[in-house]
Amino acid sequence: METLVADIWRSTPLVLLTLVGLIALLVEGSGKGRAAAVYWISLVGTIASFVLSFLSLNTEEAAFNDMILQGGYAAFFGMIFTASAFGTLILSRSYLRRLHTERGEFYVLIVFAAIGMMLMASAIDLIILFLGIEVMSICLYVLVGFLRTKLTANESALKYFLLGAFTTGFLLYGIALIYGTVGSTSFRAISAAFPAVSNQPLFLLGAAMLVIAFSFKVAAVPFHMWAPDVYEGAPTPITAFMSTGTKAAAFAAFVGVFLGAFQIAGSKLSEVIALAAAASMIIGNVVAISQSNLKRMLAYSSIAHAGYMLSGISAANREGETGILFYLATYTLMNLGAFGVLSWVEQKDDTKLTFDDYAGFSAQQPFLAALLSIFLFSLAGIPPFAGFFGKYYVFLAAVKADLTWLAIIGVLTSVVSVYYYLRLVMMMYFQPGGATVEEPPAQMAFIAVTCAAILVVLFGIYPSLIVDLTKEFLNI
Amino acid sequence: MLEHYLPIFMMILGGVLFGIVMVKLNEWLGPRRPTEEKLTTYESGMEPVRTARERFSVKFYMVAVLFILFDIEVVFMYPWAVAFRELGIIGFVSMTVFILILLIGLFYVWRKGALEWD
Amino acid sequence: MNVETIFFYLLGAVFVGSALMMVTRRNPVIAALYLILNFFCLAGIYLTLHAQFIAVIQILVYAGAIMVLFVFVIMLLNLSDERRLSEAISFKKIVAGGLSVALLLELLYIFVYRKTDLPTLNAERSIEIGTVESIGRHLFTKFLFPFEVTSILLLAAIVGAVVLAKRRLD
Repeated sequence: METLVADIWRSTPLVLLTLVGLIALLVEGSGKGRAAAVYWISLVGTIASFVLSFLSLNTEEAAFNDMILQGGYAAFFGMIFTASAFGTLILSRSYLRRLHTERGEFYVLIVFAAIGMMLMASAIDLIILFLGIEVMSICLYVLVGFLRTKLTANESALKYFLLGAFTTGFLLYGIALIYGTVGSTSFRAISAAFPAVSNQPLFLLGAAMLVIAFSFKVAAVPFHMWAPDVYEGAPTPITAFMSTGTKAAAFAAFVGVFLGAFQIAGSKLSEVIALAAAASMIIGNVVAISQSNLKRMLAYSSIAHAGYMLSGISAANREGETGILFYLATYTLMNLGAFGVLSWVEQKDDTKLTFDDYAGFSAQQPFLAALLSIFLFSLAGIPPFAGFFGKYYVFLAAVKADLTWLAIIGVLTSVVSVYYYLRLVMMMYFQPGGATVEEPPAQMAFIAVTCAAILVVLFGIYPSLIVDLTKEFLNI
Repeated sequence: MLEHYLPIFMMILGGVLFGIVMVKLNEWLGPRRPTEEKLTTYESGMEPVRTARERFSVKFYMVAVLFILFDIEVVFMYPWAVAFRELGIIGFVSMTVFILILLIGLFYVWRKGALEWD
Repeated sequence: MNVETIFFYLLGAVFVGSALMMVTRRNPVIAALYLILNFFCLAGIYLTLHAQFIAVIQILVYAGAIMVLFVFVIMLLNLSDERRLSEAISFKKIVAGGLSVALLLELLYIFVYRKTDLPTLNAERSIEIGTVESIGRHLFTKFLFPFEVTSILLLAAIVGAVVLAKRRLD
């Protein structure tokens, strides 16, 4: 009993967010018109969980019979998830109110999805990993199809759900095969048994199934087909959530299993991941060029970014791990910001989402155009913005792991990506037109996006702010 | 080991056989003299209109999904009940927490009117 | 050959047969009935493997609850002409079939030729694990945390079901 209570204290970021989610649901059920109350409760909950995660960064302890690891790695990701959920909540409020479909469940599901993500990052047992992925995915299926009367939303929710359910099958089959060879689902036991089982066909088959499942969740080639359609049909704040929080959670689990439980450096698994990384970088960036819809363009760009980060996993060294953590933290900021500005410009009926709709944006809204430009420059990886260092770290890791070819592909495709990011900047600044926002963005949302932009610049100039945080628990 | 399940297999076998035998026995023993009137859907003379295969209302779906979710909740109570004595107070508390969390779900469903047949 | 092996092959034969019947039937209701038979055989196979608990769940949840949902969906869609659903053989189907066969061969290879690589299992222990008592004992001690997380998963699913399927929302 005492250990149980101690474990609960140890995992306060997770427990608190769960309690907040439950209270928010109770409030939502208690009567009509409670959406605003639910929104504020969720918002406060994510902030509190963020702060608690930050405070527990320096202590790393296992809890609940070696089921989850709290503090350190999990706390770092907890900060990313709660920040992403916070941003999504703020963007959702004005988005939903504009569509007159504000409902408390939307916010509750965002909180529950964040809980699932935190479980994925803190899992040191495949069972918890699976449960975390499912909690997150079920919330996302619903959030994507939340606007029930919109046909594209229905289509994307159905596509996401069917493919996601199929992926769950792969994940479970993989877990079952690994359990079959190792005899345990605990990361510690798998790690201990890895040298002995790593060449057994059954184990490799299980690991391959996990690669498939995780590649789907991070939207890496060849399991990326769902991403553009789902990103396009989902409500824009949810697209932002999926491309930041979900992606970070999937990478947290990917890194946890393939660098924590397995030791894949120099193995066949590392080669497979390197191929997926190369394919994601090439296909994501090349196809993004031909997109005219900005949400689709950012979907392909997110596939490309998954490729950059996968090269960090394939490198399987400390530099790679740090690189991915840095990348995810900054990527969350820049993508949330970019989608935030997009959600202000877009109209109720899904129009104003193409490049041409941004002609002359800088003349009408000079500040918003500047913000969007910062995010785009950062996504393109142009120094001194944070996106540059993210790429720098993962490519450096690839070079150190004798995967120079992968780093070369990464650099070349990054150059390609500059074209489509800057095309939007050119549109805003050098094309005449009257692009503007329908109504001025809500104050809080505006402040949040501005903060994101400031942080993107700050982390670009002082990357050590994040890197030092990760050093604490990665023991470099 | 498997002998323990023998009564269950006997039961299933008995159930299946009983069903088949009764239907076949009826066919075999009962007199069958069909006339045109007897073969109509309603012997009262009512003419059937439209197809009988009506599309079900989506309301059933709501009920079915909620049934499954709460059914899974009950499934967890089975091993809990069997091991209840050795688990002691921790087992009791953990099941209480589990049920409380799902009670919030029930509360929500109820207040949203998802249990009503509207 | 002992009773268990005989039962295993018997159930296995009906299992595969009913699965084949299920995927080849035109009428979705009949396919659903074959699926129920399939579930019952699977429960029987679990029993021969001494996985009591899973066998019970297989019947309670799958043959019971999940099948109710399946039949509801079939009734909801109300497919009047099933023939329209059957498509011609396309390139995609051939590729998909080929990949499935490749996976099957891979698994067969592992189980037939690389048997020595497989971990040896302690039959006594697996008998002990599969009972309801032992599941209960593990679920509420070592796996207590996953158990509680399951309630959050179910809760999220409940909210999702209401949000997506409730007719009138206010």
